[in-house]
Amino acid sequence: MNRSTIDLWVGVFVVMGFVALIFLALRVGNLASFSTGETYQVLAKFSNIGGLKVRAPVKSAGVVVGRIVEIRFDNESYEAVVAMDIEQAYRFPRDTTAKILTSGILGEQYVGLEAGGDDKMLADGERLRLTQSAVVLENLISQFLFNKAAEGKPAEK
Amino acid sequence: MSRLASVRGQIERLGSGLSSQVWRVGFASRFLAYMLLHSGTALRRFHLTIAEIYFAGVLSLVIILVSGLFVGMVLGLQGYETLQRFGASESLGVLVALSLVRELGPVVAGLLFASRAGSAITAEIGLMKATEQLSAMEMMAVDPVARVVAPRFWGGVLSMPLLAALFSAMGVFGGYLVGVQLIGVDAGAFWSQMQAAVDLRNDILNGVYKSIVFGIAVTWIAVFEGYDAVPTAEGVSRATTRTVVTSSLAILALDFVLTALMFTGGNGQ
Repeated sequence: MNRSTIDLWVGVFVVMGFVALIFLALRVGNLASFSTGETYQVLAKFSNIGGLKVRAPVKSAGVVVGRIVEIRFDNESYEAVVAMDIEQAYRFPRDTTAKILTSGILGEQYVGLEAGGDDKMLADGERLRLTQSAVVLENLISQFLFNKAAEGKPAEK
Repeated sequence: MSRLASVRGQIERLGSGLSSQVWRVGFASRFLAYMLLHSGTALRRFHLTIAEIYFAGVLSLVIILVSGLFVGMVLGLQGYETLQRFGASESLGVLVALSLVRELGPVVAGLLFASRAGSAITAEIGLMKATEQLSAMEMMAVDPVARVVAPRFWGGVLSMPLLAALFSAMGVFGGYLVGVQLIGVDAGAFWSQMQAAVDLRNDILNGVYKSIVFGIAVTWIAVFEGYDAVPTAEGVSRATTRTVVTSSLAILALDFVLTALMFTGGNGQ
């Protein structure tokens, strides 16, 4: 086989390899939905974040508006501080509520934002005052059992 | 007395075997350093490397693509069987894509590459040595490492990541064929859950890094075994066997180390 034919086949091979990489990045991975736009950071304190992870989505009305960038423990208030980057295009009032929600029963956890009615909008580095922690299954069950026990007592009489 | 001597003989054999292995590792490292320093020719006269990419990459395409397709199809079938027990058959895309991109793509492509291209490189260099072509080059003041070994090394190193990417892409396509076309998992859920779960940096790039490391390991072992082969028919055949065995073990061991480094630290995904 002469040299130019070899060059042709090597070219085909290299192009195929890069097409496969691009396919993996765009179709299999999440590069396409990866926004490189400007973001601003908002903090929120939760008494319990459940299974929330860094890079989990921040959603409002079901639409992804940002991502969690950092989770740390505040040693003074004994609460979790969650930092999230929200895309510059989406503005929220200052009295927005942040809730930790779960998609489906066993799905991943995300932060849901519910807009309030304040005139002023959130700025970079501000903290959300109204938060609602993750629902911990054990607490829920113990609460349920406690209520059942309280219900049962007067019925016996 | 004779038993004592036989025990002593065995200990001596063990010791000499061990020290010769350590000697070989040292020689292999020196060989790698020498080859990297003298790979200027391979990169300047790039058509030498192109010919080796043709040999190691293009000619491995068929086996890589066909095995990738079948591995993906098997993953689709097996994954569906298991996932539907938990009512999570929509996650089939995630399972197929993550297992291919993170593990099976680089590892299986590496193993196939070692047996298809690595063994051929060893046999070729070993035969060149046995027929004294390498010595003839030295007589003509041509450095055989720069002229013969380095282009083969770079050809293998450049081909391997592309082959692994093709294997993974083909596997995802195979999983799609079985999962969506044959079994009837919803196509939208298959792709969207996959895209939501597979991360570009954590999963895809780490898979690419793995395949680069495997490519370096396999071709290094292959060219070294060929260059170090005993220049007889038997020696070359032994060297070829050693290439396949050593590089397969190296791939699996390196895979464990790399996985431990890449996927355990920090926050997962």
